[in-house]
Amino acid sequence: MKGWNWDGFFDYLTNTYMLEGAAVTLGLTIAAMSLGLVAGCVVALMRMSPFRVLSSIAYFYTWLIRGTPLLVQLIIIYTGLPQLGIKFSVLESTLIGLVINEAAYLSEIIRAGISSVPKGQTNAARAIGMTEIQKMRYIIAPQAARIIIPPLGNSVNGCLKTTSIASVISMEELLRRTQVLIQEKFMVLELFVVAALYYLVMTTVWDLIQRRIERHFGRGYDIKADTATQR
Amino acid sequence: MQPMIVLEDVDKWYGSNFQVLKSCSLTVSPGEVVVICGPSGSGKSTLIKCVNGLEPVQGGRITVKDMEVTGGRTDLPKLRSHVGMVFQHFDLFPHMTVTENICIGQTRVLGRSQAEAEAKTAALLERVGMSGHAHKYPIQLSGGQQQRIAIARALAMDPIALLFDEPTSALDPEMINEVLDVMVELAKEGMTMMVVTHEMGFARKVADRVVFMDGGEVVEDSPKDAFFASPKSQRAVDFLSKILAH
Repeated sequence: MKGWNWDGFFDYLTNTYMLEGAAVTLGLTIAAMSLGLVAGCVVALMRMSPFRVLSSIAYFYTWLIRGTPLLVQLIIIYTGLPQLGIKFSVLESTLIGLVINEAAYLSEIIRAGISSVPKGQTNAARAIGMTEIQKMRYIIAPQAARIIIPPLGNSVNGCLKTTSIASVISMEELLRRTQVLIQEKFMVLELFVVAALYYLVMTTVWDLIQRRIERHFGRGYDIKADTATQR
Repeated sequence: MQPMIVLEDVDKWYGSNFQVLKSCSLTVSPGEVVVICGPSGSGKSTLIKCVNGLEPVQGGRITVKDMEVTGGRTDLPKLRSHVGMVFQHFDLFPHMTVTENICIGQTRVLGRSQAEAEAKTAALLERVGMSGHAHKYPIQLSGGQQQRIAIARALAMDPIALLFDEPTSALDPEMINEVLDVMVELAKEGMTMMVVTHEMGFARKVADRVVFMDGGEVVEDSPKDAFFASPKSQRAVDFLSKILAH
């Protein structure tokens, strides 16, 4: 039995190659979430639009993407599409796969958030002369955000970990790099624990950030908290 | 004198077979206070929401001052910025403080500076007796207080007319008067008002005319005294006997 190697563990904990892998994971998450959020808003608005064609397209899109595994989608994009002459690099394939997935899931979250704002708010915003865009920006979106943030935070947390699936198409993120290093010295447990710790640190930091965002959008809804900040 | 609000033969359907408004016509002159009453489901709330285009109509014509509400070519946001509206459920913006609620329309719609908007807000809060509550959120206020803020929010736009859609129906009885008092003051100052309400005491005190609606029709449109002394229609007699029974 080999046992646990502390030196190896601490070595890898501060290994630049691993840290870079974590940075790639973080970068992928930030890119996938921000692009996914923008695309998700578009899909949500299409889904809620009174035009049947638009809402049908949006419905079909979320049905298709949410109904198939990301792993399968990534392999189709990276390994399958070249058969039709459509070639994407590893990074491009990874980003496309992650973004279309996040967009599909986030659009449903956004739709739920927007629908949760009472109709009276729309009337009140219109009654003081706001245009539809002003109404969305100043009245509906901030209130929808309060509902959207908790599940959105869940998505960010999930996305941080889901990026690891891209390792199968040789995207050099944290998990892939862990596996590469294992080939060198076979410290399987030490390396995977290091990788797990990196993921844990990233999700924990996000947790703290999320709580601050929730507090911001929660203002006006909790009498005690609001009274406290006024003092 | 040019009338402020004119409704001519307004028709409105929900779907293709339910007609909520049947050829409704009425005129409100500048400075006039018109109370609209009638049983629930009579179409009075729908009617008042048509005046600023919150509800579309399928027939007839509505004009406010020289702006045509109906016809589809109107800049509705611009029209609405001139016509204030107060709702049954107040509908303050819950994520904003009292001051922010009253400032947002002034800064974003009218383009006033923040300082100008805040000065106006302070004056309005004083006027509706809510000066001490500038930095509170709506959830921290009682219903009566919220409704007074909603009135201030409407007044902040310097409206040429105010529409009230059952402003006291959602209030606990002890809070009704604080809202009505503000409305009575406005009426005395010469504000043009259309008020959907069951508060007949208010109608008696400040209304110039009372419009009685039933089944989507304007059944009666009379000067206040004539309406209360001798309603022309049996439906109005029945309605008054029901709500004045106690």
